[in-house]
Amino acid sequence: MAVGPAGFNPLSLREVSFPTETKMGGTTWLIKPSSHAWAKAFSIYDDIDERREPWMKAELEQIRREAEQALARINNLQDLSSFRVEYLGKKGKLTQILRGMGNLPAEERPQIGQLANQIRAYLEEEIEKKRKVLEEEALNQRLRDEVIDVTMPGRRHYRGKLHPLNIVLNEIKDIFLGMGFEIAEGPEVEWDYYNFEALNIPKNHPARDTQDTFYITENILLRTHTSPTQIRVMERQKPPIKIIVPGRVYRSDAVDATHSPIFHQVEGLVIDRNITMGDLKGVLDVFAKEMFGPQTRTQFRPHHFPFTEPSAEMDVSCTTCGGKGCRVCSYTGWIEILGAGMVHPKVLKHGGIDPEKYSGFAFGMGLDRITNLKYGIDDIRLLFENDIRFLEQF
Amino acid sequence: MLVPLKWLKEYVKIDVPVEQLAHRLTMTGTKVEGITRLGEGISNVVVGRILEIRPHPNADKLVVCVVDVGKCKLQIVTGAPNVKEGQLVPVALDGATLPGGYRITTTSLRGVESCGMLCSGQELGLTDEDYPGAEVDGILILQEEYPLGMDIREALGLDDHVLEFEITSNRPDCLSVIGIAREASVALNSSFIPPHIEVKPGVGDVNAEAKVLVEDPYLCPRYCARVVKDVKVGPSPRWMQRRLASAGVRPINNIVDITNYVMLEMGQPMHAFDLDKVAGRTIVVRRAREGEKLVTLDDKERLLSSDMLVIADVEKPIGLAGVMGGANTEITDGTKNILLESALFDRGSIRKTAKALGIRSEASLRFEKGLDIHAVRVALDRAAQLIQELGAGTVVEGVIDVCHGSLEKRILEIPWKRVNGLLGLNLSADEMADILNRLEFKVEIKGEYMRIEVPSFRQDIEGVADIAEEVARIYGYNNIPMTLMEGTVSRGRKTRRQKLMDRVKDVLVGTGLYEVVTYSFTSPRVYESLGITDPQLIPKTVRILNPLGEDQSIMRTTLIPSLLEVLSRNRNRGIERCQIFEIGPAFLPKSLPLEDLPEEKPLLTIAEYGPDIDYYDLKGKVEVLLNELGLLAEAEFVPHVHPTFHPGKTALVKLGGKETGILGEIHPKVAENYQLEERVLVAELELDALLDSAKEERRFRPLPKYPAVERDLALVVKKEVLAAQVESCIRELGGQLLEKVELFDVYEGAQIPEGYKSMAYSLSYRASDRTLTDEEVNSLHDNIVKGLEQKLGARLR
Ligand SMILES: [Zn+2]
Repeated sequence: MAVGPAGFNPLSLREVSFPTETKMGGTTWLIKPSSHAWAKAFSIYDDIDERREPWMKAELEQIRREAEQALARINNLQDLSSFRVEYLGKKGKLTQILRGMGNLPAEERPQIGQLANQIRAYLEEEIEKKRKVLEEEALNQRLRDEVIDVTMPGRRHYRGKLHPLNIVLNEIKDIFLGMGFEIAEGPEVEWDYYNFEALNIPKNHPARDTQDTFYITENILLRTHTSPTQIRVMERQKPPIKIIVPGRVYRSDAVDATHSPIFHQVEGLVIDRNITMGDLKGVLDVFAKEMFGPQTRTQFRPHHFPFTEPSAEMDVSCTTCGGKGCRVCSYTGWIEILGAGMVHPKVLKHGGIDPEKYSGFAFGMGLDRITNLKYGIDDIRLLFENDIRFLEQF
Repeated sequence: MLVPLKWLKEYVKIDVPVEQLAHRLTMTGTKVEGITRLGEGISNVVVGRILEIRPHPNADKLVVCVVDVGKCKLQIVTGAPNVKEGQLVPVALDGATLPGGYRITTTSLRGVESCGMLCSGQELGLTDEDYPGAEVDGILILQEEYPLGMDIREALGLDDHVLEFEITSNRPDCLSVIGIAREASVALNSSFIPPHIEVKPGVGDVNAEAKVLVEDPYLCPRYCARVVKDVKVGPSPRWMQRRLASAGVRPINNIVDITNYVMLEMGQPMHAFDLDKVAGRTIVVRRAREGEKLVTLDDKERLLSSDMLVIADVEKPIGLAGVMGGANTEITDGTKNILLESALFDRGSIRKTAKALGIRSEASLRFEKGLDIHAVRVALDRAAQLIQELGAGTVVEGVIDVCHGSLEKRILEIPWKRVNGLLGLNLSADEMADILNRLEFKVEIKGEYMRIEVPSFRQDIEGVADIAEEVARIYGYNNIPMTLMEGTVSRGRKTRRQKLMDRVKDVLVGTGLYEVVTYSFTSPRVYESLGITDPQLIPKTVRILNPLGEDQSIMRTTLIPSLLEVLSRNRNRGIERCQIFEIGPAFLPKSLPLEDLPEEKPLLTIAEYGPDIDYYDLKGKVEVLLNELGLLAEAEFVPHVHPTFHPGKTALVKLGGKETGILGEIHPKVAENYQLEERVLVAELELDALLDSAKEERRFRPLPKYPAVERDLALVVKKEVLAAQVESCIRELGGQLLEKVELFDVYEGAQIPEGYKSMAYSLSYRASDRTLTDEEVNSLHDNIVKGLEQKLGARLR
């Protein structure tokens, strides 16, 4: 138990480097200190005149030795506390000695008193050291007793999750917000005018066949796409317009693995001066790379939508095989993900925008399809079943 | 649209592999959906003649044939009952393969060697449409002469590909082989070779044989007719049958096949009438009379109305114009004289008629998209030419051509720089003109403008945007450089409402709820399932005129049934805890019948069951949400009775005194309707009420500098006294210095009189500017106790 200078008890009168031989050398009462610590503790003896009160000193020495031996045997804090009472308490052995000092000649009292105090201080210090050791041991024992199986499962904290459609929608929103788009919304029960007429799909237009429509009245229907919101936004906002419109749409398709009478689209519309098809391609290419990863390539194929001209379909390189060809992409390397085009001049006019001055592009994608693609879900019905074991996967 | 490659190759030079052709067509706007290889899997199957049939020495049901396959004679054992000496049959040689991966080798059948196999139609993957008699039980007997040893695929026309196209509604001209050929010629930069159409001089005079009266020229802008006499009705030649079958049209007889062949080739639907059955030998194109009836070629009786156009004779309707012919003038084996019709009908009228009668014929599909008025006559001549070539009858000289429509050329003046402006390209006028010329537009460049003559088959071309698309698709969409638009910098950000919505969802998810997405239409019977029988309580609903079924026929006014269904489904699948929410609109009609769009009122609905789920669990979740929106302080939960809910465990949720939702345990009878045995908790809140009054602004309040003084308060009150009453009473009396009131125990039972309950509160007092003295707190506390005694009859315990 080495105690360095930092542990030096200030009660010691002075610090000395311990001489193994002292003036007390030949006497029998003093055990030769066996360590540097002892040296510090007992340096005081240098000043005691041993010839004057040998019996008193011997008694003190006896107590000290006894105490040391007792202390060494103590192995718990309770015993340590009893030990303190036994030696240092009001009725303790050392205290008793000090009380007997009254019998000493007055001029000797300080010396003996000092010695007794030194021993007291020494014992206090030793008790403190012992206490620390025992406390440390007790703590270690407690820690040993408290070992648990850290591999057992943690206590369950319930946190829900967003529906996968909305997780993906949030990603899409973030991408377009980052490109300066705002998010608009429109009603699901819509006028035929906004859903068809204003989008250049007059009554008896064959394009109405491809969008089998649920009607509420002759003029009111469940919107078959999010495109009517294009007109609604044009009517209330002057260009520049830069919006996406997420929403729920309806078509009277019977349910199977790839069809649902209710599904979700994200529409986009940009109108300003000098908007080109190159811009359409640029924006959608950025979107594809943000959505499916920077390695994603895009390709645009001519197509037809009544409300855009020129119209296009965009394919992305297959997210499964990267374009080499696999079952997911029917061995073409490409997956069709959206329709797009330059806003048809008639549509701009219906929205109150002069097609001579402004141009724009629009696009629409199936959120359900993109979600399924992203997560490898093979049946659209799973999205609407809401089995918790499905929902907790995303 | 199905097009056999060999047929296509008649009109356009194609010297690239079929895959490349498909790719080029797709990338220029004629999308190839699929390529079918006819005869796929067939190899080493040849034409052979059965020279001799001998009985099998060891088997009654087998015979041994000697077959001549050209370069040698083979001994082949077969069990088929229909073979005869002299017949031509398909012979699978040693090492041949058949569709489905079958491999034929020389083998021994009951001790007799068989060096191959005679094939049935099914073994070759054929149906009766591919070859007559292909489906008989036995070997396929070939009906024409073929050289012995000829590859069977060649003999049966199976050495071909069939391309399947997705033709968009703006391109009815591509619903024809020549239309596709035109596109292919541009896509491949190859030459387009239109069929050479020439009718040899006929006999007599058509005007002596028949008359055509068009009573409604608006619905029938052009009607052309020819007459063919001495018709010999019989099967059409193999090559024609083969082509029709490959294109998905069933061969019927030579006359009908020719009309169908011309429709597929030219895109112009045609019809043939048995002229001897046309009363007065007069065609009258008129609107049907209300209630008139016609049995169509599919043997169904159709009830007609006056907005439908019919082809009639002087007595009766004999066809639904542009949709389907009538059975009364159908071509039969006995037909002698025919009238061939090629006409143009109004697209809208055709579509309406076809839709009203539920008929989607090849003809109506083309007419409703708009056809070329010029092609009407050309197609008729093509049919006459084929009749002459096939010797199917004697064509009468002349054409009856009743034309009221305009045959004028359509001219567009296009500012060609605008094309570049729309596309983001920098093409010269010449480059554009070159592309357009290849598409059969005639272009004249006049400075800033291009004068463009639109080909008559391109009804879809109306203006600069259409011209831009033509230029772009041939130039190549993928050659247009990608750009990001210049101009006004826009800020993309969410509105307050959108941000609050995100926050609401975030909080709900944080309380353990899963978001669900369910259908927004439902059954009108849901109110019954919800226990609502009082008609006063059943809301007005938005009804779908043409629902998929009664169960999905109204737009929902509450999300509760949808969520109960989700709980039920999860419960049935053995899931022990299901905690969900959905945000979606309720559709509330402003008036019925609907004259305006209904209100779409967004609702937030929560539903849950699980081992530890009760009223207070759900209320806690709602409180967390309200707290997040800064609304907890003004929220009230007022006991409420509603038939869907447990009468004693339901509260109205009020915000600022206004009703904004309901929260409670579902009535056990309602739960039972959804096969839910456990306690089910549901809350439905009006989202806008939450978002509109949300206080999202946060201000820092300094942390308290002085200690709080805690006092407990145990009361005995009548059972009916509500915690909300006690708390509001305590707060009122406690005033500013009362910082916190917390109910920590409610107890009924021993030591509490019947009809009473004990409620234990922990109160915490604090002043912001000093340490409260015991005296201050005691006096406040005593005051509260007294107040509770007076107002609520509470006693200290
Ligand atoms: Zn792939």
